[in-house]
Amino acid sequence: MIVSLAQAQGIGMPVPASTYANEVDWLWNFITWVSLFFTVLIMGLMFYFVIKYKRKHPDERPHGMHHNTALELGWSIPPLLIVLAIFVWGFRGFLDITTPPANSYEVLVTSYKWGWSFTHPNGGSSDELHIPADRPVKLVLESQDVIHSLFVPAFRAKKDCVPGRYNEMWFEAPWNPQLAEVNQERVNPEKAWTQAPTMAFDLYCAEYCGTSHSRMITMVYVHQQESFEAYLDDLANWMEGMPPADIGARLYQTKGCIQCHSLDGTSGNGPTFRNIYGTERVMTNGERVVADNNYLRQSILYPNQTIVAGYQPVMPRINLNDVEVAGLIAYIKTLSDDYTGDQVSVDVDGVEETEKTDPGVEATTGAIITAEQTGQEQDNIQQETPPDQE
Amino acid sequence: MSVIPKPAVTDIFGKPVDEQKADNYLTHGRGILSWLLTLDHKRIGIMYMVLVLAAFFLGGVFAIVLRTELITPNETFFADATTNNDFYNQSFTLHGAVMVFMFIIPAIPAILGNFMLPLMLGAKDVAFPRLNLLSLYCYLAGSAFFLWVLGKGVLNILFPTLVGVWGGGGLDTGWTFYTPYSTDSTTAVTAATAGAFVLGFSSILTGVNFIASIHMLRPKGMGWFRMPLFLWALYATSIIQILATPVLAITLLLLIAERTLNVGIFDPALGGDPVLYQHFFWFYSHPAVYIMILPAMGVISEVISVFSRKHIFGYGFIAMSSLAIAILGFLVWGHHMFTSGQSALLSAVFSLITMTVAIPSAIKVFNWLTTMYRGSILLATPMLYAIGFIWLFTIGGLTGVFLGALSVDLHVHDTYFVVAHFHYVMVGSTLFAFLAGMHYWWPKMFGKTYSEKWAKIGFWLIFAGFNLTFFIQFVAGSQGMPRRYATYPDQFHIYHVISTLGSYVLTVGLFVALGVWIHSLIYGRQTPANPWGANALEWHTTSPPPHHNFNKTPPATDPYDYSHWTYDAELDGYVLNEDNEPEEAEAAHA
Amino acid sequence: MSTANADHDHPAHLAHHFDTVEQQFDSAKLGMWVFLATEILMFGGLFCAYAVYRGNHPEVFLYAHHFLDTFWGAFNTVVLLVSSFTMAWGVRAAQLGQKNILVLMLLLTFLGGVGFMVVKAVEYYGKWEHATFAGPWNNAFFNEDGQFVHPDKLEDTVAYGAKKMDKKAHAVAHVDEELGLHDTDAERLVEKETQEEHAEQHEAAEAQDAAVAAAPGPPLPTDHSDFKPAHNGPGGLSDMFMEDGAAPEAFVAAAAASAAGHTFVTWEDLDNRQKGLVSQFFQIYFMMTGLHGLHVLIGMGLIGWILFRAAMGAFSPAYFTPVDLVGLYWHLVDLIWIFLFPLLYLIH
Repeated sequence: MIVSLAQAQGIGMPVPASTYANEVDWLWNFITWVSLFFTVLIMGLMFYFVIKYKRKHPDERPHGMHHNTALELGWSIPPLLIVLAIFVWGFRGFLDITTPPANSYEVLVTSYKWGWSFTHPNGGSSDELHIPADRPVKLVLESQDVIHSLFVPAFRAKKDCVPGRYNEMWFEAPWNPQLAEVNQERVNPEKAWTQAPTMAFDLYCAEYCGTSHSRMITMVYVHQQESFEAYLDDLANWMEGMPPADIGARLYQTKGCIQCHSLDGTSGNGPTFRNIYGTERVMTNGERVVADNNYLRQSILYPNQTIVAGYQPVMPRINLNDVEVAGLIAYIKTLSDDYTGDQVSVDVDGVEETEKTDPGVEATTGAIITAEQTGQEQDNIQQETPPDQE
Repeated sequence: MSVIPKPAVTDIFGKPVDEQKADNYLTHGRGILSWLLTLDHKRIGIMYMVLVLAAFFLGGVFAIVLRTELITPNETFFADATTNNDFYNQSFTLHGAVMVFMFIIPAIPAILGNFMLPLMLGAKDVAFPRLNLLSLYCYLAGSAFFLWVLGKGVLNILFPTLVGVWGGGGLDTGWTFYTPYSTDSTTAVTAATAGAFVLGFSSILTGVNFIASIHMLRPKGMGWFRMPLFLWALYATSIIQILATPVLAITLLLLIAERTLNVGIFDPALGGDPVLYQHFFWFYSHPAVYIMILPAMGVISEVISVFSRKHIFGYGFIAMSSLAIAILGFLVWGHHMFTSGQSALLSAVFSLITMTVAIPSAIKVFNWLTTMYRGSILLATPMLYAIGFIWLFTIGGLTGVFLGALSVDLHVHDTYFVVAHFHYVMVGSTLFAFLAGMHYWWPKMFGKTYSEKWAKIGFWLIFAGFNLTFFIQFVAGSQGMPRRYATYPDQFHIYHVISTLGSYVLTVGLFVALGVWIHSLIYGRQTPANPWGANALEWHTTSPPPHHNFNKTPPATDPYDYSHWTYDAELDGYVLNEDNEPEEAEAAHA
Repeated sequence: MSTANADHDHPAHLAHHFDTVEQQFDSAKLGMWVFLATEILMFGGLFCAYAVYRGNHPEVFLYAHHFLDTFWGAFNTVVLLVSSFTMAWGVRAAQLGQKNILVLMLLLTFLGGVGFMVVKAVEYYGKWEHATFAGPWNNAFFNEDGQFVHPDKLEDTVAYGAKKMDKKAHAVAHVDEELGLHDTDAERLVEKETQEEHAEQHEAAEAQDAAVAAAPGPPLPTDHSDFKPAHNGPGGLSDMFMEDGAAPEAFVAAAAASAAGHTFVTWEDLDNRQKGLVSQFFQIYFMMTGLHGLHVLIGMGLIGWILFRAAMGAFSPAYFTPVDLVGLYWHLVDLIWIFLFPLLYLIH
């Protein structure tokens, strides 16, 4: 705590890491000093009076002025001028913070209960925000269900994600070698960008959104240009050469399934994935359904059409393409105790068939389709936002 | 206990009152019905006191539950994350809802206001005694909804099968009921909002009553600017209550309609606008903050002057600043929505007006200080609480400037900084003023002394506990700790540990204060009519007051002129000298 | 203060805590005015919600309001105005001590309330009967994915609406003809509506589209755009409060159209999204008129009570406070309807 206080430029604030953070911190410090001055003044006078004018006899009859307009104005006008000055500085800072520069790097942020999805212009998406250093980044915020709020304390940046409309925020993180380090836990020898230093900051959901609100936390990684480009390439093509079940395992982590569906048999907001495949499920309407490929596909894509008895229809719709759905189903199969191996795969039509083709080829094709389509979607979204935002 | 001869009830001249004439409102009429059907504002005030303190206890239990949950960074009560987090979410929601709707809003107006307003006016009752009783029962009915919500929640936890029978219980939306979360929540939102709706009516009826009373029942000689400042504060509060609460009522009604009838005014899926809900809600709830703080300022104005034994300084400025706060309070609601995507122009206007609200508040603080200057200051318990109030209100008010400044607010909005700020203002200030008022008027309400020593111990525990709990939260918030988190990253652990320990100290202090009152009711000695030497009209009658408030209607004089009262060591109170005060003596002998 | 000699010269209706009858009367009246202020603010909030919603979806309101019958709305307005008049006369009679006139006037006022509620009940029943998208049982028209779906009775309802609109269009055209106006929107609409076959075909096609849209078809891969902003792009009043508020084109267009003459938005003019929101007009209609109707019922109860007391001879020129207060309340109820009627029935 003391270390963080000492490091911070803003008194008690985290280390500033965006271009406008210093401006915010400056005003923050100014108000802090003003407040400190008035606190000391008021407390000091109060304690002095309490001691100095202590009652010595119950019948004391002190006399004094009842009112003095000059005095009243004297202590009203200077504070008024001070708060007006604070207002002006605050407003100027606010305009900087809320006006994204032209040519910002744009990322679409989809928030849902309870997770984030950051989609880059090349169509790749992730549950962590990776951004380039020294370049303005504009986030277009949307929500799939309730109001969320994206908050990065180090950037002094916060904006609500309101369902039914797009909000925007932006920030630019200057490269600061002192804050950058290589995240040893994530180093993958095959991928050069994981070995490059990044600046890592916490990203919180700041608007209460339900059960796992406090787990709706992720990270912002700020890269230098080279490693950022490498990251983007990797992001767009991560499914390349990956077996479907591994794709599913990663999606399970990154698409937020993990928040509600456990792997160990305990039930959360949703049923566990353990031993779900091929078992009979009882629905809220009493219907009994076997959890086969079609059932799982339907439940993933249209989560609230049928609900297993004992649960609430609370799952958001997650945007997934066919390869991803197939991957998730393949992954869920591996979670059955009687899973015996990968003789069986699921193709894009959701029909079971004996595996004949090389899974890598199929997944690759799917991934390319994904990238193209999401790229188009990105364009659509840009068109939909009103022109004055761009 | 040694047997102490029971001291006699004395009048304002220090003379014993004839035993048969010593009828008071507590002994006037016996049996439970004489309480439940009473139209006497004093008894209604006492019943409010019992109910509101019960609500405070309930809200306090949730506070301790949630602070205890936060003592570890991860799940504390239940291993299962969903159960644990839902439990926490419901705890902070019910803590907020119960404390706001059932404790802070009614605390000072409904208890102290109801009891003191007619007395301070020299009147026999409020303008509409029946409406007053109806207001009490609205409060009871509204609270019953919340108890229903709570009971359902508890039973659902104990017997999970019940959920299928009667739907979800508890409440997990936060006390603000933000849409669309509240539209979709499976908890008992409809019942809770219906409860808040009915409680709103209680508040409206009290407001109507106070406005009519202050306008119509002021005695001859009490012009607007000779009213005690507590009445000014209650008047300003009532204006807010009647102008803002109906908007909350319709907002909650629309929310109920969203949940039951598929009306879509706030639902984006049905073409509505969720941010509109926030505008509606804060149009009420920001002024509601002033419903909480204005009466508190009124109490402090009384206490500071009496315990400095000096005329209040700047009466006109204090009175008008109450009205200024009430009016400006209606124009700042948008400062809760700087991050929602509201237009920059609108944010600027709201920020500017928010800044200007700081000035009337500052005027009050400086006037209180000047009142103390060259006074004769007695640090009795009420004065200690008043000084504690100034301390907490100064911190709470100044941190409000951080939140009003647009660029800084973007960082601290929805963090623990906000939590700390509004606890300093609402709890610190309102609770301290409430306790100051309770200790100040206690001898008048019950005619009993209380233990100064233990009351002071209670104060120091509450004061220390409060600051320990909440000051550290400013630091946690500026570091970025978001509010309403059941679990949190490790770097915030130390702040939460300190805060939780503080909350335990605070709890102990509150129980000490409660113990002092209970002890006083059982063992307290008879107090004189005017133990503090105050001059507002409520001190011109016996303690406790008779059923009709005054045996002899006192003439209205300057409430802050204490020069006629002299100390009587035998009574340990102040008495009027009949020779010095011919008018009063005349009235008494008439 | 007259407490000492309060025992004599003390009218029975003077409460113990008031000094004089005037003070008591003024207090009661002040309290009532303050209470009425809270009522106005409550309905004010509702009107505000209405304004924002209508500002966001002007075409929906333009289309849906045709289901409401202007004649009965106007009739009810007259009923309430007349009852307000009889109420005022009643108060005057109470002041003058004319007991029989007071009783008569209160009776007439009460009957006005009855008439209003009967008409309202008939109107409500009509909405119910034609399933005008109302109530929870119609459960909005979106499936969980925000797509418009085809409810069972939709075709009947739309046909009913078209019939109503047709009737109005003819009426307007007729009036215009008499006034020597031609080539109005209304006339064009009449022509359009006469080509019924065409219209029906169009409608069937629309319904088919809707059904197709509703079917759980193949999902689009990583489709970020299928979560649409709830209202159709920028537009409407609420955008004034929002930073990305571009020109509310739809609103401006609708306003311009209505300024140009009579505007008829037909079912075919609405897109799928708007069709789904038509039910919201009725939800808001029921909400507003329902709350008002509740006030009328309360007012009738109060009038019944003072009618009984008046008949018993409880009021005199010295004491008529309840009559006065109920009168104030009744005027407020009337006033609110004066605002509700044009806002719901006369949308242009």
